[in-house]
This record gives sequence, structure tokens and C-alpha cells, in this order.
Amino acid sequence: MQSNSSNAIAENRYLVTSTPHIRDNSTIKKLMFDVIAALCPAALAGIYYFGWRAAALIILSIAACVGFEYLFNKCARREQTIADLSAVVTGLLLSFNLPPTAPFWMPFVGAFVAIVIVKQLFGGLGQNFMNPALGARAFLMAAYTPLMASNWLSAAPLGIDAVTSSTPLTLIKEDASYMLNNSDILNALIGNTAGCIGETCAIALILGGAYLLIKKVISWHIPVTYIATVLILGLVIHRGGSGSIINAGLFEALSGGLMLGAFFMATDYASSPVTWLGRIIFGAGCGLLTVIIRNYGGYPEGVSYSILLLNLCVPLLDKYCAPRVFGTKRRAQA
Amino acid sequence: MKSLTFPRGIHPSEKKNTAHKPVVKLSPAVGELLTFPMSQHIGAPAEPIVNVGDRVLLGQKLGDSAQPLSSPVHSSVSGVVKSITQTLTPTGITCQAVIVENDGEDNAVGNFAILDSGDQSILADDGQTPDRDKVLQLIREAGVVGLGGAGFPTHIKLNPPKEKAIDTIIVNASECEPYLTTDHRAMLDETERLISGLKIILSLFPGAKGLIGVETNKADAIEKLLKVARNESDITIVPLKPKYPQGAEKQLIYTLTKREVPSGGLPADIGCIVDNVDTVIAIERAVHRRRPLIRRVITVDGGAAKNPGNYEVRLGTSYSSLIEHSGGFVTPPCKLISGGPMMGVAMFTLDVPVTKTSSAILCFTDKEAYLPPEKNCVRCGRCVDHCPARLMPLELNQYVIAGEMDEFVAHNGKDCIECGSCSYVCPSKRHLAQSIRAARRQALAAPRK
Repeated sequence: MQSNSSNAIAENRYLVTSTPHIRDNSTIKKLMFDVIAALCPAALAGIYYFGWRAAALIILSIAACVGFEYLFNKCARREQTIADLSAVVTGLLLSFNLPPTAPFWMPFVGAFVAIVIVKQLFGGLGQNFMNPALGARAFLMAAYTPLMASNWLSAAPLGIDAVTSSTPLTLIKEDASYMLNNSDILNALIGNTAGCIGETCAIALILGGAYLLIKKVISWHIPVTYIATVLILGLVIHRGGSGSIINAGLFEALSGGLMLGAFFMATDYASSPVTWLGRIIFGAGCGLLTVIIRNYGGYPEGVSYSILLLNLCVPLLDKYCAPRVFGTKRRAQA
Repeated sequence: MKSLTFPRGIHPSEKKNTAHKPVVKLSPAVGELLTFPMSQHIGAPAEPIVNVGDRVLLGQKLGDSAQPLSSPVHSSVSGVVKSITQTLTPTGITCQAVIVENDGEDNAVGNFAILDSGDQSILADDGQTPDRDKVLQLIREAGVVGLGGAGFPTHIKLNPPKEKAIDTIIVNASECEPYLTTDHRAMLDETERLISGLKIILSLFPGAKGLIGVETNKADAIEKLLKVARNESDITIVPLKPKYPQGAEKQLIYTLTKREVPSGGLPADIGCIVDNVDTVIAIERAVHRRRPLIRRVITVDGGAAKNPGNYEVRLGTSYSSLIEHSGGFVTPPCKLISGGPMMGVAMFTLDVPVTKTSSAILCFTDKEAYLPPEKNCVRCGRCVDHCPARLMPLELNQYVIAGEMDEFVAHNGKDCIECGSCSYVCPSKRHLAQSIRAARRQALAAPRK
């Protein structure tokens, strides 16, 4: 506001700018704040099920992401951007992708990869070609596989009396005849299963996702097509022994990182398409890859890799899914 | 109320603060200088046909042109021509102008009954409907141009090439820009004139239907129009959802007819002609009452204006005089806009005259004029979601920044309608519309390959 005021100080001097002369009140900070608010239920659920270690990992991840962003901007002599809260979102998402047993140095390694390598080296906010938190997760998975993918804990109130367990997706992968029953679905819904800190409580994530949809922070295209694709293919493939076909579909949709991925990771602005058609193809592609990895790949879970792979397709999707320009018969690409 | 609309677009706060205030008529003071730019329209500027020292009458032609695409300019007062000089207009261009000193007599030229309270018997006609050529000639002689802002000479618009079969005449009464209420007032105060003006246009196109598109935020105007036009079988009042840019010609045509004006084409290509409310009323005055265009209503609003309202002024009155007569400012304004906040022109001075295409003066305070700094694009896609031309503003902006004009044109940058919706919704406050407009103007000016 100061720059404008100084223009009006001299009498009869008026500010002259190009149109439009008004803007809506949206800002990056407000959008990021909404995402943080939407992630809070899942964070609380994670702390409830996995205890103080989960809380510590969440706080360390946020601190590490904000810290690396601050340091990078300082070293690169760029404008300080920690106030836009995007690093906080990355930190939250990074911690959500860590197992509750992760050592406390791990968030720092992850934050370095997410913030410095994936985000800032490519130009900072909006310039990353893949989701920073997922990039970091992929790095940690590759570099520290035993720490990231074996020590699972069962969910227990405040993490007390938690015992070693395996995730439902691992279980069903290893034992194809495992019979899914209604309590498996209920546990996946409320988060009473082993898994990463922020991914297990589907209902908390759906709540947060609904908040983002209502606030129009994200559009429905990616989460709906992503979840629907996984659900429908889950019905068709019908894992879970002779259990009901409905349970098979619901299990695929509610387990693992799908809700977290569909609402919060695949919808990352910078690494998702900007047109509705692109978003639908993107969501369906993520769903298809997730199901393929879960059923036929080496890993029990495929959400993060499928999103990362589709992230790489975004420039193509933007190019070929441009809207048909008003008054023409073709899409905007030449 | 059931209403039609078009895809995409935005809905800024309407701020129609002045809609229910009666229009205040302002008269120029004796001795006041009025400035009549010779170019208030698209096309060839008029040439002055009076000399310095001449006494001119109210309604007398001051300038005209032999070019077909042009429009004459009339004096809005009686008085003496003080000078013929270059002047600045509200849109920022400089052109030749005739300066007349008002003698306060309001002596009207021959056939023109000027004052609304004045003698209405001075009709040069026997009451019979004039034929097509006569109507077009009367419209031309009265200096009627598109009063919505473009200033396209109306007698040319109403005379499209023979091969264009016109079947729909649209009155643009959406008035979608925030703050502006002059069309709303005109629909309430001059409803009969609007309907008979539309009937004049329809008489030029036998078989054509008349559509008046009004946003539902002007419910009283819709009601009144429905009442006045209830016996007109070929005129339909269509309620429109309040949305910006509903008043953009292509969006309005699409909303009402579901036809798309082809890229680079004109409404006449798809059988439509669109005229703004004020223009239709000016046509009625010209044809039925032989009156030239010499006055118009202007909305004065914004936080810095002391008495926001609608003011009827003579063309040629200076903006500073209008502001002064309206009561001046409550606080020093930071920004002055001629027109609406979405597409109006920011002015560096009030020393410009009211022209045919003036619609509003918005006086913004520091707070209202505040524009946040530009940040990185986060690729949220809001500009794409809201662009009524269905372009990808974020990409066009990148081409402009990189100086890639070929890419800009290949990605339909020239189809931008400059509505500013992209910049309005951008959370990073990027200068999308601004950069695209600059490149578009450059591309349009460049010779075709």
C-alpha cells in the first residue's frame, strides 16, 4: 500500500495502471493456509494412532522444510518466501509420508530433497515439475528402504502398546487368499491400521479434501477420477479372497496412501494439469498406475510412484488438453 | 428468476451503489469552455466545419467527415468557438478538438427540441415512419455511435453487407461492470424510448427478433421492460445471471443465441447485431425526435467521491467540472478511472472532456487502488478456468515474457477479449491480462503474413 500512497502524495498526481483495476482477495498464502487447515484432521489422527513420535516427526518435517527454504533463499539471495506457507505444506505432506518409526534425522534428509532439490533448484514456488514431498519420499524409499518400508506399527491410541505389524496392502499382497471382512474396511476408514503417519485415517483425509473442494482450492476432477478409477478397478480385479466385491473396491480406495494422494498430492498445483480434461486424464492415469503397481508390481503400494510418473506427463497433458478456443473449432495448440 | 448465462467468467462485488439514485442534471455555467474532440468514435476523425469566432447553436454540427466510417460531432451548448486545437481525450489519445464558450442561452438549431421540458412539437416529420435510408441518415446525422464504450458508428453497424442475413437484434443491457449503473437508470427512466428505439432497428431488418438481455440484479428494470414491451411480439426480455463479462459482445450473443462469433469475425457473420441501451435510446431520439447526441449520463462513484450518483452532462464538459459540480472529493483520490474497474482507463488528469463513450468516473482511494505485488505463477489454473475466450492465460503470459510472438499468435492470443478476468482471479496477482493485451495490440497492428 505504501507505493500507492506515495503516488498520491503530490497533489493531482494519480496512479495509472493497466486494467483490471480490481483483484479478488485470494493469495497464495490463503490457499496454503486452507491446505494446512485441511491437513489438520489427518495430522491429529496420525498423532492419535501413532503417538508422540508422530507429533515429533510432523514438527521436525515442517521445521526442516521451512528452514531449508529460508537458508536456500538466503544463500541464493532470492526474495524470502517462507511467509507464503508453501514450505509448511510440503513439511506436513513429507511427514505424512514417513512411517511412525522413522528416525528423527530422516525428515531433514527428506526436507533437503523436497525443498532444495525438487523445488528451489527448479525455480521455487510453482516451478517444480514433480510434487516435492513425493520426490523426497521416492528418494527416501530408494535410499533407506528398510527404514521406510518394513518397520510398521499397529495403530493404538496415542501409540501406547503399539506392536509391530504390517500394512493391510502388504498383507493382501503377500497372501492373495486373505479374506477381507467388514472390519477391515471400517479400520481403513477410521485409520486403525498400520501405515505412514498421515495416510491411514481415510475419513480425516476425506474431510480435509471436502473442505478444499468447498473452498474451491482444488477442483473435483483429479481426486474424483483418481479414487473412482481405483475403486472401479478394485471391484473388477476383486482381491480379498471370497469376500464381497464391494469390500474389495472399498478396500483399494480406502487403504494405503490413496486418499492422501488423491486429495493432497496429485492436486499439487505446480505438478498437475491446468485444464479440466488434462486433470481427468491425469486422475485416471494415476488410478490406473496405482492399481497396476499394487497388483502386478514389486511394491504393495503404488500411489506415490503413479503420481510422480503422471507429474512427468503434465506438459504433454497441458499441450493436448487445451480448451477449444471460443469462436474456433480447434484446441489452442498450434 | 430463471436466467441464462455463459460458461466461465467471474463475479466481482457488484457495488451498484448508485442504481437507485435519480439522475441529477447538470448544466454548464455561462462562460464555461466545452471541448469537442473530433475523434470520439472508431474510424476517420471528423474535420472541423466551423471557424474560430463563429457563433454556434446548440445541436449545430461542429465537425463532419466525407469518409464512410466516421461520425459527426455536435455542439452541446450555444456559444462562440474560442479555438480549434489539440486535446487529450479520456482514452488517452490526443486529437483535434473544437472549444466552445457556453453563452448559457441554449439557442437550439432548427429542428432540435433540446430540453426535455421544451417544445416537443418541433418534429420535422409528418409522423410517418421514415424509410430505411432515411433512418440510417438520421442516425448518422445525429452522430450516434456505440455508447457502450467502443464508439463504432451506428449507421455503419446497422447497414451490414447484403449477404449477411441479420435475424437477431440484441440490446446489451447486462451492465456487468461493477459500479456502473447508467444503463440501469436508463432502463428505468426511459423504458418506452428504449423499446421504440429497438422497434426502429427491427424495422430495418424485416423478420428479425429483438432480444434485450438484462442481468437479474436489475430486477426492477426487467419488470418495467416486461410491462412496456408486453404487446411487442418480436421483442423478448431475457433475464441474465449477473456475471462478468456478460456484457462482452461475444459472450452476450452466445448466452442469448448459443452462437459463437467466429475467431476474427463480427456478430453480423452469425446474423446478430448488438447495441447498448444508451445507443438504442440515442437512435430513438435521432429518428423520432431529430435530436443529435449531445448529452449522456455518467456514473460518479468510488470511495473518494463525495456524492456518488448518476449525472447527466452535456458532451464536452470537462471531467474536473463534472466532479466539481457533483461535490468533489471526500479524500484526495489515488486513482481516477474513466469507465468501469475491469476495463476502464486510468487517467493521469481530469482535464479531459466527457465524450460519447464516457460511462463513469471512478475515484478510488489508496485502499481501493491497492494492487498487490506480482508473485510466481503456481499453475493453479484459475485463469484457465475463468477465461471466457477459453484461452490459457498463464501460457500466453509466458510467451509474452519470453518475447515469443509467433507462439503467442499460434496459441490464439489474438482471440483475447481483454476482459481482465484472468488477472482478477490470479492468487499470485500476475499481470496476465496486462501482458496479453500489450502483445495482442502488437500482433493486431503487425502486417499479416
